[in-house]
Order: sequence, then C-alpha cells, then structure tokens
Amino acid sequence: MSPALSLTAIGLVVLATIGIGLFGLRISRTTSDFYVASRAVSPRWNASAISGEYLSAASFLGVAGLVLVNGADMLWFSVGYTVGYLMLLVLVAAPLRRSGAYTLPDFAETRFESPVVRRICAGLVVGIGTLYLLPQLHGAGLAVQTVTGAPPQVGAMIVAVIVVINVAAGGMRSITFVQAFQYWLKLTALATPIFVILLVWHQPVGVLDSLHGAAAEWAEPLSRAGGRDHPLYATYSLLLALCFGTMGLPHVLVRFYTNPDGRAARRTTVVVLALLGLFYLFPPMYAVLGRMFAPDLVGAGGDTVVLELPGRVFPGTTGDLLGALVAAGAFAAFLSTSSGLTVAIAGVIDQDLLRSRLHRWTGGDYVAVNSFRIAALIAMIVPYLAFTVTGALSLADTVGLAFALAASTFCPLLVLGIWWRRMSTTGAAAGLVVGGIAASAAALVNVSGAPQGGWPRALVGQPAAWTMPLAFLTVIVVSKLTPDRIPAGTARSMVRLHTPEAVDVDRGLPSR
Amino acid sequence: MSTPEGPRRVRVTSPRTSAARRPIMPTGTREIDEQTRLGQVYMQSLIQSQLRLTLAVIGSVVLVLGSIPLLFWLVPPARTLSVLGLPLPWVILGILVYPVVYVAARIYVRKAERIETEFTEFVGRQ
Repeated sequence: MSPALSLTAIGLVVLATIGIGLFGLRISRTTSDFYVASRAVSPRWNASAISGEYLSAASFLGVAGLVLVNGADMLWFSVGYTVGYLMLLVLVAAPLRRSGAYTLPDFAETRFESPVVRRICAGLVVGIGTLYLLPQLHGAGLAVQTVTGAPPQVGAMIVAVIVVINVAAGGMRSITFVQAFQYWLKLTALATPIFVILLVWHQPVGVLDSLHGAAAEWAEPLSRAGGRDHPLYATYSLLLALCFGTMGLPHVLVRFYTNPDGRAARRTTVVVLALLGLFYLFPPMYAVLGRMFAPDLVGAGGDTVVLELPGRVFPGTTGDLLGALVAAGAFAAFLSTSSGLTVAIAGVIDQDLLRSRLHRWTGGDYVAVNSFRIAALIAMIVPYLAFTVTGALSLADTVGLAFALAASTFCPLLVLGIWWRRMSTTGAAAGLVVGGIAASAAALVNVSGAPQGGWPRALVGQPAAWTMPLAFLTVIVVSKLTPDRIPAGTARSMVRLHTPEAVDVDRGLPSR
Repeated sequence: MSTPEGPRRVRVTSPRTSAARRPIMPTGTREIDEQTRLGQVYMQSLIQSQLRLTLAVIGSVVLVLGSIPLLFWLVPPARTLSVLGLPLPWVILGILVYPVVYVAARIYVRKAERIETEFTEFVGRQ
C-alpha cells in the first residue's frame, strides 16, 4: 500500500467535504436552514444523503471484517441494516415527518406534553449518539494507521476537527449536499476494486473457492465459526436490534425532518432501500476474497480487510490506486456518519441544555446560530475523550450495542406513541427508563469484560431480544395502570400524525 | 299621509330555484376539528387501515425473514446447498433479500398513498 497515494485521496475527500460545506454556508442563513435545510430537499437528494449518512464505518469496514472472521451469520448485519429502513418506513416515516418537530425530544414533548419525558429523550440522544460516534472515530484511527502507520489518535483527530468545522459552518443544509456526494463516493470506492478483480480474472468461479470444500465451514450459517455460542438466539436478537433500532437512531430521525411532507418521507425511504441494497452487495465479496488473499487478517480482527485487500490482490500500481480509492471511501464513511450524528447531538444540546443558559448568562445578547456552533463542539469533544479512554473495540459490535439501546428506548416510544392512543406519559417515561437501563447495563458489561461463554454471554452480547420486549411491556403495563396520565391532546396529536397534508384540519400546532 | 311603519316586506321563495346554489362545504374536516363522535370515527378508520397495512408488511417480513435462520437450524443440508455455484445462505442473505425488501417497500407505499387519497377525498380537500 502506498501511503502517499492514499493520503492524497483522503486529502481530496476532506477538501471536497469542506468545499461543498462552504458552498452550503453561502446559502445557509436561518436557524431552520441549520437544523433541517428549511425542509425543502427533494426525495432523490435526500435519499442519497440519508444513505450517505447511514453507511458508517461499521458498514464500510465492519461488515466485511465480521463476515471474514465470523462467517455467514454476520451477513445478517447488512440484512438488518437494510430491513431496519423497511420497518422505519411502515411504522414511523410519514407520521414522524407530520409530527412537525425538529428533534426527537421535540417529538416526545409535543406528543406527551411532558418536559420530563423530553429531558430523558435528550439524554438518550446524547448517549446513543456518543456510543455511535465512538466506532466512527475508532475506524478513522484504524484507517490512518493501516495506511501510514501513524497512531490511531491521528485519524480520529482529523475526522473530529473536520466534522466540527463543517457542521458549525453550514449545519444541515451543507451536510445534505456533502452526504449525498459521499454516498456515491462510498459506492464507487467499494465497487470498483471488485469489478477490477472480476474483470482481470475472467474466471469468477475460481474467486469463490473459499466458499466451497473442506475449509468452507466459515461459509455455513450457525457454524459458530467465530466462537460465538447460541448462534440461533444471537441471530434473532441481532436481527431484532437492527430492524427496530434503526428508527431510534438520532441522526436518522433528524434526516427525516428535511422531507417536504409525509408522502415525500415515504418515497425517500423507498429510494434509500434501493441505494442500501446496492451498497450491501459488496462487503460480503470482500470477505470471500479476503479468506483467499488475506487469511492472516482472520486472526487480527478483520476490520482492515477492505483497506488491505486491493494491495494483496494486485501488488504494484493498480493495487496502490485501488487502495487509495478505498481509503478515500472509508474516510467518506467516517466523515458523513460523524457529521450526521454531530448535527443530531448538537441540535439537542443546543435546544435542551445550552440555549436557555446562554440566554441567562448573556442577557439575551447572543445569536441563536452561535449556540448551535458551541453545541457542535461539545457534541464531538465528549466522544473524542471517550475514544482516547476506551481504546479498541470491534467496529460493528459497538454499533450493534447502539442499535440495541435505540431499539429498547426510542422504538417503543415512537411506535406506541404513533399508533396507540391510550399510551400515558408515565408509561412513556417508565419504558424509556427501564429499556435504557437494561440495554446500557448490557453494553457496560460487554465493554468492561463479557462473561465467558454460555447463555450469560449470549444474553449480554445481543441484549435486544429481551430488552426490547421488556421496554414495550413496561410501556403497556404502566400505561394501563395510569389511564389518568394519558395526555389531554392525544386526539389532536393523532390527527397531526396521521392525516395527509392535503386535508385542511386543525393540527394543534402552528405550521412551520 | 305618510306610509305606516310596518314590518319590512319579506320575499318568500321556494328553495328550489333555478339559480346555482353554493357548493356544500365538506364537513368531514369540521367533524375532525371539533372532535365529534363522527370525527373520531373518521380518524380511527384512517389509523386502523394504515395500521392493518403496516402489520401486514411486518407479518410478512417476520414470516419470510424470520423463517430463514429456522430453516438453516432445522434442515442442515440447506446450509451448504449450492445454487448457481454459490452456497444458498449467501445467495439469500447476500443478494436476494435486497430486491425483495425494495419491492415490499414499493407495494407498501402505493397502498398507503391510496388509503390517504381515499381519506382526503372522503373528508374534503383543502
């Protein structure tokens, strides 16, 4: 691998990101621009941007690495990431857009009329966002280390600084353009090496040798290839977390508010599904080729297989060029997901923690946009500090815990809040607290030292199968016990969430 | 002699005149706004038909996707079965899932929009 070429490619991605971000700055003026691009982004742009934001380090590097090491069961990761959007489409996409809220705590407050529920949500957004930013920074460090040999802190620092500059400069509007560009860059970077390999060899069957024969146990599902116990339980639990966690990720939700109306939100999601399906065809191919050309990476965790494969297959200039392209794509993945997360976390920090305090300290003598910029800085500093403390964690596993936490907290809140009119405020708060504590406890045990094998390890490693039903059950039981705490405006909220925009009814909120 | 101050003359006409009457304003939105029994029934039927559609999609996903790990668990030969030179699990999970999910989404959106169009026409446009 040639460090000079790869660094040039990474530099170009960084420059393009900042360049498009600055272009956004020139047309980004109001607070609404900063948060949701004034809600005027067309479905195609928006779908590219959503996919660009969603395909993180875990998708670009992590899935291929997991499949390489742990075998066919890990194919469920990319399936789950995609089906998560189908669940989001059918359960929350249009109602969420029609809710008329900027952020998740906004939704919670207008639906449940409770500042307490709002505050719990704000805390969870920051928590899930930080848990999801960690692997992005870790991936960036890994990529720079693979390319140049520099310590991991360097890559993480580069991503952190660029994201804060870009988010603080242009907010959501510029992020939309940046992320749409980054989707196509990522797809190109991942697909080109595969096509070159297939073209050069004319014999794709030979390429697939690692899938057949005596040494192909890893290619079988439920084979415990990675030493994971209870593979059937783990598969179902993972699938549950990914399918129902996607809708609860803070950066995914913020993105949906940029659709012009509920119909557009649905249509955007359909395009997203097509773009995601196209992308996820490629990571498994890296794993199959990696088994053949880079078997040593199986023992080394596998997260670098996408970066190293082109150089292993083509020693020389071709490998260097393809390696540089893949490194650029990986950087696009870190930058786009981190930007989206930072916008989401900063929006919440700004609204719920910072703005009222700034107002008090300065006596109202401040500009709202500056508060957002300070929030963006805080949103990145916290995970960066956490990154320097925690060190190495497997990319897709950490992301899996963020999904499990989202599936156990925001998923019940949104799904029941949108479809069940007898949900009470107390039930909402209880569900968030119980689901949040159960899933975070599992995550903490996992990070600090998981139990050795058997059921305890399976239950803690993939907690969603018990934490998510627990959260749903808590909401339902507590709501049944506290029927007097059903929000007074529930009927009006239901009208707002479900009636199409073409119908002229009172939605109980000033139209924004 | 001045005219006596009596009640003003009122012209009495049949409502069945040939003149065009004002179009009847749709009252569905008013029923919803005022949260009458009828308005609540309108809203409930909209939400229920959307929810039925949503549950139908989730049910199919659970049935189709959920049965795949079970298939591999119960029928071990399916784990290594070769289809067009690729093992069956890789064909299903690596390729086939994505077009199926996309088509499901397309069908869902078409049906959801039809429910909304019917509702809009029923309660009256803006």
